[in-house]
Amino acid sequence: MALIEADKVVIEFPIYGQKHQSLKRTMLHAATGGVLATDSRDHVVVRALDGVSLTIREGDRIGLVGHNGSGKSTLLRVFAGAYEPVSGSIQVQGSVASMLSITLGLDPEATGMENIFLRAALMGVSGARTREMLEEICDFAELGDYINMPIRTYSSGMSMRLAFAISTSVSSDILLMDEWLSVGDATFSEKAARRLNVLVDSAKIFVLASHDATLVNRICNRLITLEHGRIVADER
Amino acid sequence: MPGVMVASRMQRAFSDVFLGLRNVRMWHMLAWQEIRQRYRRSVLGPFWITISTGCLVAGMGPLYSKLLNQPTGEYFTYIAVGLVLWQLMSGLISDCCQAFINAEGFIKQIRLPLSLHVLRVVWRHALMFAHNSLIILLVMVFAPPPLHWSLLTSAAAFVVLLVNALWVGLMLGMVSARFRDIPQFINSLLQVGLFLTPILWKIEMLGEHRWFALINPIYHFMEIIRGPLMGAEVSAMSWAVVGAVTFFGWIITMLAFSRFRARIAFWV
Repeated sequence: MALIEADKVVIEFPIYGQKHQSLKRTMLHAATGGVLATDSRDHVVVRALDGVSLTIREGDRIGLVGHNGSGKSTLLRVFAGAYEPVSGSIQVQGSVASMLSITLGLDPEATGMENIFLRAALMGVSGARTREMLEEICDFAELGDYINMPIRTYSSGMSMRLAFAISTSVSSDILLMDEWLSVGDATFSEKAARRLNVLVDSAKIFVLASHDATLVNRICNRLITLEHGRIVADER
Repeated sequence: MPGVMVASRMQRAFSDVFLGLRNVRMWHMLAWQEIRQRYRRSVLGPFWITISTGCLVAGMGPLYSKLLNQPTGEYFTYIAVGLVLWQLMSGLISDCCQAFINAEGFIKQIRLPLSLHVLRVVWRHALMFAHNSLIILLVMVFAPPPLHWSLLTSAAAFVVLLVNALWVGLMLGMVSARFRDIPQFINSLLQVGLFLTPILWKIEMLGEHRWFALINPIYHFMEIIRGPLMGAEVSAMSWAVVGAVTFFGWIITMLAFSRFRARIAFWV
């Protein structure tokens, strides 16, 4: 059973150390970004999400669209459990795989092999399970003997390939993605897209934040438009 | 219903600490990775921790024993244990201020118990202490303490110290994430702390001004570990102070942590 239920979720970032009086006047009506306001103690706050309510059920393929700073990434982080709402509530049922930052936790001084274990641990995969998946991950990343070299010796494309191979090795109920992941050269990116599609298909809920309208229309069956931290359209 | 909210907040704070503690694999991995990262490609690796502390003890020991007119043997043990413990405590306090700030990437991207970031720091220092404890062992080979069951209380006291490190880390990590002047302030205090705490000198040397050391909680933490290793009896007062600090420290920390835990992601 996978379900995401958000009820009037508000996320506010306090901005400290700003001369808030002037900032408040000049930026309150800015075209992009969350709504700037002041809280009860007169701190400047950015209201990144302003009362977001929605229910996401199994089978939903959500496309989150909106301008820069409309709250897409913040909403993804709320779903991932990194941010807790200032007010309102969020309920997430099912295992969550977050592709928000696939290189998070990689240690440049450690070898590719060591990094597989590091990254897998962060994803909540046990050591025994990681050992089982090791061969498959190495095969997919196509790094050959480089897998036993520190990843600081890798090209950026190579470390992305490794990060991608690890992050996409486990399927989950809920898959969150900030922009479609595209890695490597032409042949590899084709292979990567196939793997990603399988992962998306196996997820019960998929949420993709993207600026790419054609992509979103192709993959998603429900389009949610955010503006200034509010949902302005929710179309199926 | 504010009462219900406070209760569930407290519950979440406790489960954060509990889940963090349970994830031994993760904090051990991250702590050990950090140590290895620092010493990678150096031949002696983490044993540089031992060597650098060894240099400190070897340099300060003879000098201060002459300056303060102390018999070399016993005083050397005193200063070696004191300096090793000071390195542990000051390092812990200083790094705990950065526990959440340095974990910004993790905190903003994935759901992990926040206590895990503190445990990682505490455990890293425990591992570094393990390297440094070789110095204590070495000194004790040359000046063996009287074998007594009270030596075991040293080990227990060390565990008590780590239990306290966890609340100190949660508290300092939280306050420092919100007020960025705190780490600077703490570091200034720590610099002078080495001289204000009885490490190079002994409390007896203060004569009638003993109170100056007695009001320093760090002294009591040091005493419950160092005392038995020196073959000295630890005063009940030191254990009482440590007990009170542990008890009230955890209460205040859990109150603050339950109140502000969810805000930390927005502060870092």
